[in-house]
Amino acid sequence: MIRSLFRSPSPFRPSPFRMLISYLILGFWAFFILFPLYWLFITSFKLPAAVNNGPFYIPFVDFQPSLHAWDYILNEVGNDTRRMFVNTVGVALISATLALLIGASAAYALTRFQFRPKVGTVLVFIGCVAFAVVVTVLGAPWQISVAAALALFILSLLTIARRFQRALNNNDIAFWLISQRIMPPVAVVIPIYIVFQQLRLLDTWAALIITYVATNLPIVVWLMRDYFTSVPYELEESAQIDGASRLRIFTQIVLPLAKPGLVATFLFVLVFCWNEYLLALFLTNANAQTMPQVVVAQNATRGPQWWYLSVLVLIMIVPVIGMAIALERYIARGLLVGAVKG
Amino acid sequence: MATLATSPVTTTTPQRTAIRVSRIERVTPSLFILPAVLVVLFISIFPLLLSLFLSLSRLRFGAGGLQVQFVGLDNYRKLLLGSEQKVLFGTLGSPSVVGWALLALVVLGLVWWIAKGFRARRVPIGRILSSVLLAGLSWLVIATLFADEGRPGTLVVTMLYVFVGIALQYLIGLGLALLCAQQLPGRRFFRVVFLLPMMITPVGVGYLFRMLADTNKGPLMPLWTALGLQDFSWANNAWGARIAVMIGDLWQWTPFMFIVLLAALEGQEVEPVEAAIVDGANSWQIFRHITLPAILPVSATLILIRIIEAFKIIDLPNILTNGGPGTATETLTLYAYRIWRALDIGGSAAIAYILLFLVTFIAMFYVRTLRSRLSVT
Repeated sequence: MIRSLFRSPSPFRPSPFRMLISYLILGFWAFFILFPLYWLFITSFKLPAAVNNGPFYIPFVDFQPSLHAWDYILNEVGNDTRRMFVNTVGVALISATLALLIGASAAYALTRFQFRPKVGTVLVFIGCVAFAVVVTVLGAPWQISVAAALALFILSLLTIARRFQRALNNNDIAFWLISQRIMPPVAVVIPIYIVFQQLRLLDTWAALIITYVATNLPIVVWLMRDYFTSVPYELEESAQIDGASRLRIFTQIVLPLAKPGLVATFLFVLVFCWNEYLLALFLTNANAQTMPQVVVAQNATRGPQWWYLSVLVLIMIVPVIGMAIALERYIARGLLVGAVKG
Repeated sequence: MATLATSPVTTTTPQRTAIRVSRIERVTPSLFILPAVLVVLFISIFPLLLSLFLSLSRLRFGAGGLQVQFVGLDNYRKLLLGSEQKVLFGTLGSPSVVGWALLALVVLGLVWWIAKGFRARRVPIGRILSSVLLAGLSWLVIATLFADEGRPGTLVVTMLYVFVGIALQYLIGLGLALLCAQQLPGRRFFRVVFLLPMMITPVGVGYLFRMLADTNKGPLMPLWTALGLQDFSWANNAWGARIAVMIGDLWQWTPFMFIVLLAALEGQEVEPVEAAIVDGANSWQIFRHITLPAILPVSATLILIRIIEAFKIIDLPNILTNGGPGTATETLTLYAYRIWRALDIGGSAAIAYILLFLVTFIAMFYVRTLRSRLSVT
């Protein structure tokens, strides 16, 4: 009788005892995750006094809930909130979509073709950009220095670069891409600001979208590379024999097969763009401001306005949670593809 | 910039179309990868070079506007040898017995590794250079954490968050993923719930944990009182503050590990597991010999991405502890941000470049080691 508790009914179903242990551990972690969120939720209904006079846990029992914070955020400053919410949604959706398209095709190229960029070409390129930067810093208009650097680049490409025969390979390209994420945003925020100032794109969606696409591309490439490796190559070969172009093979055979992976990666990138704070702080000031900045702005001179903060964070996560639930079945099925072959 | 060695095009079509196709085929690979390379170049190369230049200069905001003065390696000298050295490296003490033992272990391991390299190739220059750097980093960690008078600087604190944090997150994420991969009723609920913290903006998580960690008004107040710690302020205790930051980080980033590992587990082929069960293998044997090898490649990519991201941790310590007490919880990025706000743009860029150098080294070391072991990446 007792032994049956430890024996599982089928090889793939855990025994009742193991199920109990599993539920205990999972329940504990769920509590660890949910309790902070519960606290956030009830704080959004608290009056300042209920927050400042010590911990109160249960609405209607411990404290009288109030809608004041929700009213303030959604009605009093409702126009601002709505504008920033639209900005966040728009920028994140467009950036994630673009990053996925560009990154997926690059990841596909890295798994299907052999690239051999010459070391000489790369060195010459870096040299020319450095030249352009130095000349610009010394006072020349950037248009002229870019043109000069470009001419220099083509010239040296035809002469010096040919002397280096060593070539890099796909792994080096992939590593170069991921290494672009190493630099902390603090260090590059001024140069990026200058770039968009010169292009007159400050405080627009375009500035944020370009930056987010560039910063998230490496992650897309690395995650998608795994999925594409696991798409069987025979399918593509037979399509090629039937005369399909590479682009057609990519869009009509490979992408649909990797759809689960695409969805999962999309969700990750969307979340990263959605929540980004520091770059948005510098590249926008009024029109294109996004939600994370409003959250931080609640830390006013009178100390953090916990109730408004809670409301804003809740507003921010509801749409993402909705998407996560809708896309969850794909994630589970999707990320696995990469795991099979790596 | 990418030329390619095209694989021969197998074709049964007439000669003329074959030539046309192969010409298109020749440029197609570049067309696939160029957009990504160009976008990343556009946004990264100019900032990278400009901040290198800034790290070699001093900026002054005077009456005549912005003045840039080239100072050579002065910013780096100040950080590595000068007045800021204590902040970056911390105070070095003489290691305790445990410290010496650990150091001996590290050095022995490195010597063995170099010796192995000598057997395989002639002179393993890469390995010797990496070993020197790794030994230096280990010495720094041991002399600040396992010594009596030692006090870790921002470099060691950052590495503590990164390596201890990622190890914990990986183990917990793997454990939860293994539990959720069982056929449990209601696992979809857990799966969605476990994903939630990742969705919250990092600054939001910072404020949320500041609320929770408040020993007077936070929800854990009764617990502190019960433990007799109501007067204890974690924010004034270096290790208390560090652990608070690490718990916040754990809360936020375990979901990322969890969801990727869960997907990897569910993608495992069923047949080997079935065969093992029929042969009478126990669950540990199945995990060790079938499951673990299957998820290692994904784990490798996952951990690399997390190492790179975790080194940039800033929002959580900035909002939760403001780097304090003193600079006890300050990370490299937060340090760069602090002196950046003090308008020392050059010094800030220098810190960023030290970080870039360190993380690139660690990432390359990691990828190389894995490439020979796992044949991934």
